[in-house]
Amino acid sequence: MKHKITECTDWFLDRFPLTKLWNDHMAHYYAPKNFNIWYFFGSLALFVLVMQLVTGILLTMNYKPDADLAFDSVEYIMRDVNWGWLVRYMHSTGASAFFIIVYLHMFRGIVYGSFKQPRELIWIFGMLIFVALMAEAFMGYLLPWGQMSYWGAQVIISLFSAIPVIGDDLSLWVRGDYVVSDATLNRFFAFHVIAVPLVLIILVFLHIVALHEVGSNNPDGIDIKASKDPYGVPVDGIPFHPYYTVKDIVGIGVFMFFFAVVVFYMPELGGYFLEDANFIPADPLKTPEHIAPVWYFTPFYAILRAVPDKFAGVIAMGGAIVVLFLLPWLDRSPVKSIRYRGGIYKKAVLLFVISFIGLGYLGTQPATPTATMFARVLTAVYFGFFLLMPLYTRWEKFKEIPNRLTEQPSLEDRLPGWIAAADEMVPKTPVTDEQGQTVEKRRPNTAAIGKVLVRNAKKLKESLD
Amino acid sequence: MYSEGVDNSKRQFLTSALTVVGAVGTGFIAVPFLSQMQPSTKAMAAGAPVEVDLSKMEPGQMIRVAWRGKPVWVLNRTPEVLETLATLDDKLADPLSNESIQPEDSKNPMRAIKPEIFVAVGLCTHLGCSPTFRPEIGPSDLGDEWKGGFFCPCHGSWFDLAGRVYRGVPAPTNLEVPPYRYINDNLIIVGEEQQEAAA
Repeated sequence: MKHKITECTDWFLDRFPLTKLWNDHMAHYYAPKNFNIWYFFGSLALFVLVMQLVTGILLTMNYKPDADLAFDSVEYIMRDVNWGWLVRYMHSTGASAFFIIVYLHMFRGIVYGSFKQPRELIWIFGMLIFVALMAEAFMGYLLPWGQMSYWGAQVIISLFSAIPVIGDDLSLWVRGDYVVSDATLNRFFAFHVIAVPLVLIILVFLHIVALHEVGSNNPDGIDIKASKDPYGVPVDGIPFHPYYTVKDIVGIGVFMFFFAVVVFYMPELGGYFLEDANFIPADPLKTPEHIAPVWYFTPFYAILRAVPDKFAGVIAMGGAIVVLFLLPWLDRSPVKSIRYRGGIYKKAVLLFVISFIGLGYLGTQPATPTATMFARVLTAVYFGFFLLMPLYTRWEKFKEIPNRLTEQPSLEDRLPGWIAAADEMVPKTPVTDEQGQTVEKRRPNTAAIGKVLVRNAKKLKESLD
Repeated sequence: MYSEGVDNSKRQFLTSALTVVGAVGTGFIAVPFLSQMQPSTKAMAAGAPVEVDLSKMEPGQMIRVAWRGKPVWVLNRTPEVLETLATLDDKLADPLSNESIQPEDSKNPMRAIKPEIFVAVGLCTHLGCSPTFRPEIGPSDLGDEWKGGFFCPCHGSWFDLAGRVYRGVPAPTNLEVPPYRYINDNLIIVGEEQQEAAA
């Protein structure tokens, strides 16, 4: 019997390079040994992609892409299909989770310089994945055919009409009708379930092929291939399998914990993951009082609203994504990781994060004059981060870069320091209790709390230099 | 590629010829592929004109009808409204409707064939939301500047009761006036121009 199995395996391996693929990309693929928490998000994104494909296929079995039936078919899935609510909530929560993961994954690239030479192409493929993902999410949001689906699509497709000369014909072509209608719903369904997912899978494949050609960057931004042992193996590298496969499984476990909390207890997440207005069927004659896109589009939506001119607004919104593509060529600093970069870049990244989150918040709010003014300032900061980058990164004074990967203090190393700080802020003081006995109780010490806060604020300020 | 004893110019010619034929073929097939995404014959037919009966309209009343799937508003304007409209010119971006879309016979300050009856496509010229009908003057949420009109909830554009856009709002032009004509005093037909019918 065993002999037969070996024979079968050999027959297969003679015809397919499975061993070679496994070794090249898993068992003998060496990744830097110092990956931290930021390096979970690549594998998590892949996991969520698979989850979206599986739940998406299941939803397709009961959904009807027809303007008269779509809304009811979603309600049918929610109420009458066995476990339909679970599959639907996994898919809708998965969309938001996908964007959280992708934004963190991109932020990792920005702080550790993962987009820099020789990984520019990985960044470009990644950006294309991001754009395809936005298209996928936007078209998917139309399918439930609620009020927000309908008017959101109406607004976004109207963006095309801002393009001079061809704009009106282009938006007519995209809609396939004079307004968002059954024709639009049906074609968005086609794009959402087959065209864009295919593109996404191809792009993810290219992203990983390009990554495995040059190898992963790491939190130190040091090339591990520069120091190799006599067998040609990077001394600071560890095989992807079993080390990172096992580590990533832990990451997926932690992710699923948070994911399940949202799916089971707060699937609409207070109107951020599924908006309230979308539980009313689409009405082409009436716009909801307040329309806003889903949270992951709001930073770009806030930029669109911040510009007072229709065409310039559309250009600014598109430009906010185009500048991300150009990042590898805007950053002139030879240093990759933020650990060894100058204070000016650290402060710039901090401002960028503030502007992105701030714009994201403003995009969910009505456009009052004050909100618009803030949105304009933050839009300027957002573009300043990218467009001034060739200047401020050129003058940047960076720190000395070690030759080998460094070891960061672990949780166990840090714990004694935290305990000491806690003892300082809430010291044990002798107190006489009701029975007249002296016991030690923790009492907060205001002066000490202030001292610790000042000390930490100074440390924080130093870490930004 | 093996190239000894090969007539390279012939090879080059064949490569170019095949490229051109391939490109032309792709171009030909692209036409049906792309144009099948245009509105279908059925969708165009649904753009048929709509009749609106005015006989039962109260002064100040607005009714909504669907034409080509779009909301079309028909508003009966009172003499007071018409008086107010005449005073707004300096606050408007395009009071004479030079940049806006409307049939020739509605290209006047009141943007209508007969001033009392205003017909417009109820979609904001900014990004296509349907503005809210707010005929009251100086409501608390819009302030004293508001002289009655249409307010777009999406991005805060202001229009007066002739669909003319205010200055300093995102919408670039006045609301579109669809082609329409009077069949008799109490019946209009939206989607047909006056001249077409006369001809």
